[in-house]
Amino acid sequence: MDNESQYSGYSYKSSHSRSSRKHRERRDRHRSKSRDGSSRGDKSVTIQAPGEPLLDAESTRGDERDDNWGETTTVVTGTSEHSVSNEDLTRASKELEDSSPLECGRFVGPVLSGVLGVFALLTPLAFLLLPQLLWRDALEPCGTPCEGLYVSLAFKMLVLLISSWALFLRPPRATLPRFFVFRCLLMALVFLFVASYWLFYGVRVLEPRERDYRGIVGYAVSLVDALLFIQYLALVLLEVRHLRPAFSLKVVRSTDGASRFYSVGHLSIQRAAVWLLDHYYTDFPVYNPALLNLPKSVLSKKMSGFKVYSLGEENSTNNSTGQSRAMIAAAARRRDNSHNEYYYEEAEMERRVRKRKARLVVAVEEAFTHIKRLQEDEASSPKHPREVMDPREAAQAIFAPMARAMQKYLRTTRQQPYHSMESIITHLQFCITHNMTPKAFLERYLAPGPTVQYQREKASRGRQWTLVSEEPVTSALRQGQVFSLRRLDFSLVVTVTPLPFLTLGEEFIDPKSHRFVMRLQSETSV
Amino acid sequence: MSFIPGHPVTAVVQRIEIHKLRDGDNLILGFSIGGGIDQDPGQNPFSEDKTDKGIYVTRVSKGGPAEVAGLRMGDKIMQVNGWDMTMVTHDQARKKLTKKNEDVVRLLVTRKSLETVVRQSMMQH
Repeated sequence: MDNESQYSGYSYKSSHSRSSRKHRERRDRHRSKSRDGSSRGDKSVTIQAPGEPLLDAESTRGDERDDNWGETTTVVTGTSEHSVSNEDLTRASKELEDSSPLECGRFVGPVLSGVLGVFALLTPLAFLLLPQLLWRDALEPCGTPCEGLYVSLAFKMLVLLISSWALFLRPPRATLPRFFVFRCLLMALVFLFVASYWLFYGVRVLEPRERDYRGIVGYAVSLVDALLFIQYLALVLLEVRHLRPAFSLKVVRSTDGASRFYSVGHLSIQRAAVWLLDHYYTDFPVYNPALLNLPKSVLSKKMSGFKVYSLGEENSTNNSTGQSRAMIAAAARRRDNSHNEYYYEEAEMERRVRKRKARLVVAVEEAFTHIKRLQEDEASSPKHPREVMDPREAAQAIFAPMARAMQKYLRTTRQQPYHSMESIITHLQFCITHNMTPKAFLERYLAPGPTVQYQREKASRGRQWTLVSEEPVTSALRQGQVFSLRRLDFSLVVTVTPLPFLTLGEEFIDPKSHRFVMRLQSETSV
Repeated sequence: MSFIPGHPVTAVVQRIEIHKLRDGDNLILGFSIGGGIDQDPGQNPFSEDKTDKGIYVTRVSKGGPAEVAGLRMGDKIMQVNGWDMTMVTHDQARKKLTKKNEDVVRLLVTRKSLETVVRQSMMQH
């Protein structure tokens, strides 16, 4: 403890619980202070969240049980038992995100189900064609009823094809840690159906060379009917059941407390997690780690705690508890003024941001007045030969006067890592092309947008999230469940509450019953 | 002056005798009343309890018979010539005050200052 007291803020922080240290260390990494590596290296942090050991076991069990679907989520715990310096960690995490190989395991599941689907679709045709090919002469001639069955078969297969394409042939957007129960159930069902039909067909039709062709056609039609019904079942299980809202999920981001409420239907935990993450990317403001720190001036006041030296060797244990209690009490009393500084610092910060914002708005407005769109009729008139520019050049031309104000504003609001000069010019070009006003151009910078706005275009590798839960992730949502979705530097904690059961009563109001009188307050002189 | 439903109302009252002034065909008393059980008690500026629906004196004309007799603005009229004024409508109160065949009305009025004076004098003992 003693050698930490000269680092601002850390001796105060170390009195907090160990589990929150993980988030602080993540945050501190961005400050890139190399001197902390040595002082923190000997502290081994293990997060005692109850879900953590379960998750490790889950991920390995998932591998051996579930080869077909592939295990693609990787768990990266930031601090391990061995001391790792900050730079190594950041480098490792960046490598993990940027250069992970294209996940082939992502496509195994859909490919398998596609093969099964194609096989199931071709089976009725096979049922019809095999007798024709093998023992055509021995078949009984089958006239009009067969042709009617052919027509119905053709149409049913067309409907089956179209609805399969609409429902199932979509690229999967997420890889789940465990297999998707309903989908596996349906695939098993389809496989069972088709296998049993083939079995029956092989034993009763192919072997004795059945001659009643109409019966065979009817059999094929019944298979198509069964496939249609399975598709109806798939529709209900996969799509419709979770449309009616039954639970309300509260999502809180662990680092800055941004929270939202969502309504979902009956889903399993992993499916609810995927649904939630879809909405996370469009609803939550982007996580900016630079905005979390208390201003330095506030923190520096807190650090100088009392250093207590025990001069005598006896009764050291008694003294230590008494001393620590005295220290804490004295520190609590001394902290009375820090809220004052925090308030003033925040007011000052806000004033600074507003000043910069005003300068930026004025600069942008002025810059936009320098160009105007060339009308069609003016282009031909040789009266004012002006230099005609395309949007890119126009954007570069007017970027210069506003660049400084923009840069200062971004730096004050700590947004500069998200907007490079290139991206600003591109956005400017976009706005000019679509006739936007300066205010529309600025909306991107004045408020932190949703996370999806800042995605890099080449993010085809996908985002890696870890689902941490105390219960198996294929279990259905229930009241009071808590699970969290973890990324490298923050996590989303989700709490499940059921939507209340509503008892609606009825009350009929006669439209003629709306009558009013004036309130009397008369005064009479006598 | 507080009103508890079901209990008799007790108040310190002052007797005021007003002689009506004849003005042509009318007999005037020189004050205005407000309140009544059919009126809105929340608008009464003189009552302490805003649910009090009694008859209050809202204006006393200068030099009139009421002022001469000692009636003040804000007084609550409890009785007029023996008729109760605590549970009457506004119109009934007006009628009781402006009977054509009476020249004198004897009112029992109460006001807050009466009660405080009595209490102070009781406390001195």
